[in-house]
Amino acid sequence: MKLITAIIKPFKTEEVRDALSQIGVLGLTLSDVRGFGRQKGHTELYRGAEYRVDFVPKTKLELAVPDDMVERAVEAILKSARTGKIGDGKIFVTTIEQSVRIRTGETGEDAI
Amino acid sequence: MTTRTAYVAIALATAAGWPLSAAADELNGADTAWILTASGLVLFMTVPGLALFYGGLVRTKNVLSVLMHCFAVTALVSVIWLFAGYSLALSDGGSWNSLIGGLSRLTLLNMNADTLKDNLPETVFCMYHLTFAIFAPALIVGGIAERMRFSSLLWFVGLWELLIYVPVCHWIWGGGWLAKLGVMDFAGGIVVHVAGGTGALIGAMMLGARRGFPRVPMPPHNLTMTATGAGILWVGWHGFSAGSALMANGAAGVAMLSTHMSAAAGSLAWMASEWLRFGKPSGLGLITGMVAGLGMIAPSAGFISPLGGLLVGALAGGLCFLTLHMIKRRFAIDDTLDVFAIHGVGGIVGSLLTAVLTHEALGGIGILSENGIAGQLTVQAIAVASVLIWSAGISFLILKGLDMTLGLRVSANEETEGLDISQHNEQGYNF
Repeated sequence: MKLITAIIKPFKTEEVRDALSQIGVLGLTLSDVRGFGRQKGHTELYRGAEYRVDFVPKTKLELAVPDDMVERAVEAILKSARTGKIGDGKIFVTTIEQSVRIRTGETGEDAI
Repeated sequence: MTTRTAYVAIALATAAGWPLSAAADELNGADTAWILTASGLVLFMTVPGLALFYGGLVRTKNVLSVLMHCFAVTALVSVIWLFAGYSLALSDGGSWNSLIGGLSRLTLLNMNADTLKDNLPETVFCMYHLTFAIFAPALIVGGIAERMRFSSLLWFVGLWELLIYVPVCHWIWGGGWLAKLGVMDFAGGIVVHVAGGTGALIGAMMLGARRGFPRVPMPPHNLTMTATGAGILWVGWHGFSAGSALMANGAAGVAMLSTHMSAAAGSLAWMASEWLRFGKPSGLGLITGMVAGLGMIAPSAGFISPLGGLLVGALAGGLCFLTLHMIKRRFAIDDTLDVFAIHGVGGIVGSLLTAVLTHEALGGIGILSENGIAGQLTVQAIAVASVLIWSAGISFLILKGLDMTLGLRVSANEETEGLDISQHNEQGYNF
């Protein structure tokens, strides 16, 4: 079991969700987050007073998948979230030690 | 006859050859209906207009305090106006009339439905002028926002009203010494904007900058609220300008049209300045330019041509844009919502420009001074300078006194927590 964490541009959320649904991903968690990478932030001007906004809005997706699905899922996110411009985001893959479905008590891949 | 009515009579006589006696003591229904309406419009531009405009510009933790300042000023000044303000500002002061009005209208008890003031019921005249008396100190709220103790603010506004607004209003509109000199102030460029703007600047300097200024970003918390308030200001200002004719006549029409053009040109000029300087036009810039245009046209609104109004607005948008940066950055004065840069400077320049743009050759109604533009310019400059000095000096004394007794500022801890909680035990938003 792996946990895929993807930080993407907010406007790409729907496309990524569709791509993941097509390869059979059953669920994911989405949060609105802010952060910065090489894209840096942007400048806001109020009556000429300049404010640097270092953190730009991003969407974070978290999905737990069986090991054999990891590559396809990463590929799907890559294709659907890419614009080719700076700030497209990142994908991290980490290992899940255990997962439990709360309703039934099932564990491991059955609980994903 | 009040000074403003005299202007209008001149305007009428010049424009249409109507007899000056048209403004004699006889109730005019049309005038009364219009000034009743205009009173509503001016109050509308203070609460909610100015309140929302200011409210959106401060940080979330201070939004209620600013809204409350505007409402409390409205209530407090109204009561002061009833007891003494109106009488001292706009009734005849006898041998003291050059300096201050009389005591015949204290508490307004000797005024009833049949009492006339020229063409209007005196109650209507009193109410209309009250809305101006409210708007001037309400402007000051923008300069001292986000750090003043509520109790000190109430004392400051109350004393400012009695010691600054009331005499200045009398000098210019109540037949005082500036009126006798022949100053021209159609809708309060000097009375409201110079006096109020200066009060705000002195308030900001005496209080000191907000904690963190200018390092910590303090962007407006809700620009949609600010834009809503600005829209109301634009609408309400027609009562401010066109109502100042005190009649439903051509001068009111000229005032409305030139005011509107000034607001339009002001917003476009500020927009263009930002576009050139920073590469992008901002929403806040556009509406700030509009407010600058509205402020700068106040002294001349009914005296000049619509094209003159356009010129005033364009100048307001460009000039206030530059002054704002100078005050904020060069002098590092934390006039929280830029009241002096926009209203003070607008009022000063607009009052001086009145001497020029009112000339017949430029489409105006003609200037009062026999010495032409130069003579009128001198009178305008004397009026601007004396009101500026009076407002600055007395504001300083009031604030100094309050600082030594009540204390002007909230504690550092209370300021960080925000005035909504620390002064009023409530929050603007509970999401």
